[in-house]
Amino acid sequence: MGYPHTSHQRETAVLSQYFGDEEARTLDGWKKRGGYQALEKALGMSPADIVNVVKESGLRGRGGAGFPTGMKWSFMKPGDGKPHYLCCNADESEPGTFKDREIMRWTPHALVEGCAIGAYAIGAETAYIYIRGEFTEPLIWMERAVEEAYAAGILGANSMGTGKRVDVYVHKGAGAYICGEETALMNSLEGRRGNPRIKPPFPAVSGVFGQPTTINNVETLAAVCPILMKGAEWYKSMCLSNPKSTGTKLFSVCGNLRNPGTYEVVMGFPFKDFLYDLCGGPLDGRRFKAVIPGGASVPIQTMEEAEATLMDYEGFVAQGSMLGSGGVIVIDDAQSMVRVIARLARFFAHESCAQCTQCREGTAWTTKILERIRDGQGTMEDLDTLLSIADNMTGTTICVLSDSCATPVISGIKKFRPEFEALIHGKRVHSVMAAVA
Amino acid sequence: MSARGVGGRESPDMASHDGPGHNSSYEPVFAGKTREELDTLLGRYPTKMAAMLPALWIIQRERGWVSEDGMAEVAEVLELTPAYVKGVVTFYTMYHQHPVPKYFIQVCTTSPCGICGAEDVVKSFLQHTKAGELGVPSPDNKYAVIEVECLGACGFATPVMINEEFLESVTPDKVPTILARLP
Repeated sequence: MGYPHTSHQRETAVLSQYFGDEEARTLDGWKKRGGYQALEKALGMSPADIVNVVKESGLRGRGGAGFPTGMKWSFMKPGDGKPHYLCCNADESEPGTFKDREIMRWTPHALVEGCAIGAYAIGAETAYIYIRGEFTEPLIWMERAVEEAYAAGILGANSMGTGKRVDVYVHKGAGAYICGEETALMNSLEGRRGNPRIKPPFPAVSGVFGQPTTINNVETLAAVCPILMKGAEWYKSMCLSNPKSTGTKLFSVCGNLRNPGTYEVVMGFPFKDFLYDLCGGPLDGRRFKAVIPGGASVPIQTMEEAEATLMDYEGFVAQGSMLGSGGVIVIDDAQSMVRVIARLARFFAHESCAQCTQCREGTAWTTKILERIRDGQGTMEDLDTLLSIADNMTGTTICVLSDSCATPVISGIKKFRPEFEALIHGKRVHSVMAAVA
Repeated sequence: MSARGVGGRESPDMASHDGPGHNSSYEPVFAGKTREELDTLLGRYPTKMAAMLPALWIIQRERGWVSEDGMAEVAEVLELTPAYVKGVVTFYTMYHQHPVPKYFIQVCTTSPCGICGAEDVVKSFLQHTKAGELGVPSPDNKYAVIEVECLGACGFATPVMINEEFLESVTPDKVPTILARLP
């Protein structure tokens, strides 16, 4: 981890190499560290060749879905006579996730460069970086980096003297978790309410402004630069488990542990070593109880599951969860799982765009019932009601916010049922927090 | 969490006009340099409407909040209806639809921060600003404290935003010092 602690020897710092290095934030500093060589190289290649290198590297989307990046780019048909757009999703709002924030505040030029390469590869002249409004500090660094890149002729009508046009603009969001959903992001960028759109049409056919569009996460685009410089084989060779998960991944870790922060490890790294060695294990006198490994939207893991996990897309699925965004929330034995889940439900209820009935009603009722149980007013029937609502909320709506709210409820009741029952039966012995309350 | 209803006060500015169109005393924001700023923004997008969020941000920067008149002005410059603009404004939590006190304090209390003691940070702000209650301005009308959903800095629990300033790793004991250095 580059910041605020020194990198751990078992980390593989590719994207995080310059975290904490003030000089890397400036154009001069970035160039001294080899910056913009990847863009120069890219502009000398054909877009199809770039797409092939990315395909070959095995890079998959780092925002949560894990869709192969090269394949996503190949959906953008060259020469269709339409303007193409690249949107960089920097609306990082998934609870537990703060890795993109580190990329943007420490290595803003890495993202500008990645955006420029991505735009060129998909035949776009314009890339928009949609940053959540609350990221005031990353916004300053990103705007400064874009300005520097224009002044140096890296961006603009004649990018790096090649005669190719690459524009990158920073677009500030205004407070809405749902705008991290790609179709909501496009609506928001167009100046609309951030309601997700029904797919199809998929963005590559009709995206922002009705034109072919690709949406990529910050970390995904930043990873393209080292892939172009060092090659697909190098990237692919970074793999400790399943060959479908390659390269390094940033994991932001928070909650009840000794060393929270952003860590970078090779895909397939043992989660147990990660939690107890890299992250320093639990706080004094405490024990880990549960982990939400990929942002608030993924199933909760028990420690048995977490400790058996190899950290890649397949590894988390094999142990009852998902890699998601790589936002690891660690929960220790001083916490009440009911409180944690009730607060997550409140988050989703607040952030629901309210288009779909199952989500608008489901998130609100889930919150109400969970808070009732939390306050000792619940009944055993409430647990069945919660599961029934969760069932109705899964796979039935335009986007997955509804599913995301149901996920911790379903996995929480399944894996930590005694805690719910203890509160319902008026026992307050399961955790320090509840005992104090 | 929305800033809506902060203070529960009647704003004298708000009373006279609930329909579209400008109050006669309204000074437009988009004039001179600010108009040039908007024109630069318009050049970035293929539609005028796409400058919506940036235009609203400018209104809020210049006036401290987004009034009905401000929405009507954005509608005018982007060739939209005031009702449409209002529909957009109300979707996003960061646009203030009412004037807010000088220091608008947002404390993240979503689960990752919640399990690290964010609620005690909220209590400390409420106590030291003398605001007492969430969303209610302090007696000197200098502060308002609200809970906010995930600020995306969970490893730095508890993150707090005071207007545009982003603070990390705030603990209850740091609150008096933080407040003391606000002018």
